[in-house]
Amino acid sequence: MTANVEIERVGLDCLLVRLFDQIDTRHVDVIMAFCEQLRDELADAVIDLTPSYTTVLVHFDDARADEPHVREAIKRALEAAGQRAEASGQVHELPVWFDPRVGPELEVIADKAKLSVDEVIERHVSREYRVFALGFAPGFGFMGAVDEAIAMPRLSTPRKRVAAGSVGIAGIQTAVYPTALPGGWNIIGRCPTRLFDIKREGYTLYRAGDTVRFKPIDHATFLNLGGDDTPFEGARHD
Amino acid sequence: MTDSASCSITRLEGGCRVQDLGRFGVRHLGLGQGGGFDHLSLRVANALLGNAHTAPALEITLGQVALTFSASTTVALTGADIGARLDHVPVSPGGCFVVEVGQTLMFDTPVQGLRSYLAVAGGFKVTPELGSVTALAREPLGGLHGEGGELTVGDALLYAPGFPSLRTQPDTTRWSFDEALVLDVVVGLQAATFSGRSLFDAFNRPWCVGTRADSMGVRLEGPRLESRCASLISEGLTPGVIQVPPDGAPIVLGPDCQSIGGYPKFGAVTPYSLARLGQCCPGDTLHLRPVGIGLARARWAQWLGHLDGVESHGDSARM
Repeated sequence: MTANVEIERVGLDCLLVRLFDQIDTRHVDVIMAFCEQLRDELADAVIDLTPSYTTVLVHFDDARADEPHVREAIKRALEAAGQRAEASGQVHELPVWFDPRVGPELEVIADKAKLSVDEVIERHVSREYRVFALGFAPGFGFMGAVDEAIAMPRLSTPRKRVAAGSVGIAGIQTAVYPTALPGGWNIIGRCPTRLFDIKREGYTLYRAGDTVRFKPIDHATFLNLGGDDTPFEGARHD
Repeated sequence: MTDSASCSITRLEGGCRVQDLGRFGVRHLGLGQGGGFDHLSLRVANALLGNAHTAPALEITLGQVALTFSASTTVALTGADIGARLDHVPVSPGGCFVVEVGQTLMFDTPVQGLRSYLAVAGGFKVTPELGSVTALAREPLGGLHGEGGELTVGDALLYAPGFPSLRTQPDTTRWSFDEALVLDVVVGLQAATFSGRSLFDAFNRPWCVGTRADSMGVRLEGPRLESRCASLISEGLTPGVIQVPPDGAPIVLGPDCQSIGGYPKFGAVTPYSLARLGQCCPGDTLHLRPVGIGLARARWAQWLGHLDGVESHGDSARM
């Protein structure tokens, strides 16, 4: 496990641990096991551990542990992680109202893929996705991998505002916008579930390493679950 | 004397945020760090008053703010010189002074620097969320009322009046605005993916602070830097990191930077250089200087030593 791993220096108190060089859902369990081991090793000398697709950024408290100590802890955690990586994380089911009124790119993707809108939805919900990383905004999970047939590059001009709950596709990734944000993902539906809440234990619904399934719901169910059906500006109105 | 005195914002045309040293331990959930950009001037303002180093203070960017105080108290002003006046009497930054009940503290446009820090004795009473009062533009938490958002005219920040001795800021903790500015960079990350020419240029040519400069990042204009990796798989970021998007213009990430990103990076400016960058205005010229990790750590330790010295420095009455 430690053979091909690189440790790069980031300023005075961060080290970037590069575990892999390619994105693969199978790597997620190793990365999460490494994070858990390293937290045990460093205890309160950890300020932040930020896992992403292939790396973990280790921000350490240099008053509690110096860099050589942290590098040794990283090596030990890598060895342990290679041995005990097993399926990890929780599984979440997210309800989504897929509709052109709140998903302006639903028909765009259907046209490009030469599929019906229902087939696009079916392709999106038929897979389980791993959360590779949380980033961009609180609770924004980068998930993959989407069926190649419905993969779409980001919009050439990002929107200034994407509504909270919007479910999007960018390349082979999918994500849900936790709050209204600017963004360039292709939006295909809307999820009424709150993804970030500082009053909830753990604050975010899911974390890196978790698994997410999407479940199509109709308009009435969406409203019952507290969804806001305000249409996208410029989206088709029925 | 009362515990519920308030400082009201009566004019706000520049930027004004309630700030501390940022939010930690939640970056893996997608949250940014935030906190005052010139975190050293913020620390000095609190230290002058004997406050906790994490006490909430005001970060005033580009001046043009007016504040009134409902009860007399001692305050400290550090960072940029933004033409502060107390009921029209000029106040220079770099120390403590007493604001009397009903007086108005006004800030004009910056004379030198960009960001000023105003602390009150005991700190402003703002409830931290997830460990900090900082409020990033894309995040629904922090700030005066929680749930994020910016300060607006009419907002009132509570404080408990206090009258610690009127200390002045030691020169060791003041920024020099007269000398040519050099930022220390710890080289690392994907430096090896940059061309030799680009690395030479990065550390030998002058850089101009661009107009795209805010608390998320400061874009530097100058020679075009080239990495053989146009983009990477997104990885964790931290303030100070210098990333280079495909247009070749480096961006020094500020405290409000995103938690992950995918542009190649050749190093990170040190904490003291990042703080100093927070005082740079578009058009300012600077140089980047590579420093060894040992020297960078020694300089940072020296800074922290200077901060420790603030509380015992010059108890002279100013103004």
